[in-house]
Amino acid sequence: MQTRTLELTVGIFVVLGMLALFFLAMQVSNLGVIGRSEGYRVMAYFENIGSLKVRAPVTLAGVRIGRVAAISVDARTFEAIVTLQIDNTQLKIPDDTFAKIYTAGLLGEQFVGFSPGGSPTSLKEGSRLSLTQSALMLEEIIGQFLFNKAGDNKAGESKPEQMR
Amino acid sequence: MSPWLASLGRRVLDTLARLGRGCLLLPGLMTGITRLAGRPRLLVRQVHAVGVRSILIISVSGLFVGMVLALQGYYVLSRFGAAESLGLMVAASLVRELGPVVTALLFAGRAGSALTAEIGLMKTTEQLAALEMMAVDPVHRVLSPRFAAGIVSMPLLAAIFTAVGVMGGYFVGVGLLGVDSGAFWNQMQTKIELGQDLGNGMVKSLVFGVVCTWIALFEGHDSDPTPAGISQATTRTVIHSSLAVLGLDFVLTALMFGG
Repeated sequence: MQTRTLELTVGIFVVLGMLALFFLAMQVSNLGVIGRSEGYRVMAYFENIGSLKVRAPVTLAGVRIGRVAAISVDARTFEAIVTLQIDNTQLKIPDDTFAKIYTAGLLGEQFVGFSPGGSPTSLKEGSRLSLTQSALMLEEIIGQFLFNKAGDNKAGESKPEQMR
Repeated sequence: MSPWLASLGRRVLDTLARLGRGCLLLPGLMTGITRLAGRPRLLVRQVHAVGVRSILIISVSGLFVGMVLALQGYYVLSRFGAAESLGLMVAASLVRELGPVVTALLFAGRAGSALTAEIGLMKTTEQLAALEMMAVDPVHRVLSPRFAAGIVSMPLLAAIFTAVGVMGGYFVGVGLLGVDSGAFWNQMQTKIELGQDLGNGMVKSLVFGVVCTWIALFEGHDSDPTPAGISQATTRTVIHSSLAVLGLDFVLTALMFGG
């Protein structure tokens, strides 16, 4: 084969490979998601975040408006500090918005859901969400249910004694 | 008993000596690569032979592997109502494991065997000896460009395989099985990490490129200068490369993702 066409095909091969890598980086991996870092960050303090992970979605009315940027623990109150990156800058979110940790499905991923309040001032960089609700812990609910059940039984047994 | 023991001992010693010769070849290949900078033509010719001619088999295999993954993954995931995670499943298995490994296996069969046969025939027809007579080191002049071409081509081929595979999975998952297109890409993008998954996949394919090409070149260089010797060497190339790739893949996966 002539040197010229040979060089050309090799060039095309390398470009193809690079394009494939670029496609993988932009479309398949999280580079495209992380790259969009405009927007602002707000903090939310939770008593318990369950198994919430960094990069979990933040939703409002079910629509994704941001993601969890960082999770840490407050040294004094021992609460979890969840930093939320809000991508949608057009949206004016009231600052009395209620943040709750939801679970998608019974065993699904956990995410932060916003229920907007009615305050005239809106959230901005660094504001703190004061109204939060912790993650629903399945084992705690089950534990509580069993405890109540046991309590009911005890109450049921003791009642007849009091009647006498 | 004694002749049996003797033959066993000879075989073990032979194998060890082959391993030693293989390791001794590596420094020559490495120094040869550094001298390639002045002669890029040699490299281009070999990248064409090793990489360009493998594109077709790599992309067709990638397409079908991706399609099968989507089909099979959908069957399992839809039982748990998690068909939206199909994109993640296809991409994760391709980027981390199947992309580098299947590419390396195909590469060993397609390019590695060709390299062994070529070098073996050069040795049989005493072309390598002739080079040496002209005071040209055949390792630097003949083997190193091929070695460098294998190392350059393998990650690019693995990237093509993976990309085509993801598209094949998209075609079957979204086009035929009706998974939501947004969920397909979104799940993938939120869970596949650039450095951890894609970067490690590429490191893997780089390692496989080194190992496969090294084995192929060594087998050719070390073959008996007879037709039977070349055929044995070609067979050994494919077998040893495949085993090395699969074994190394386990080690690399354990190092990168395990623990």
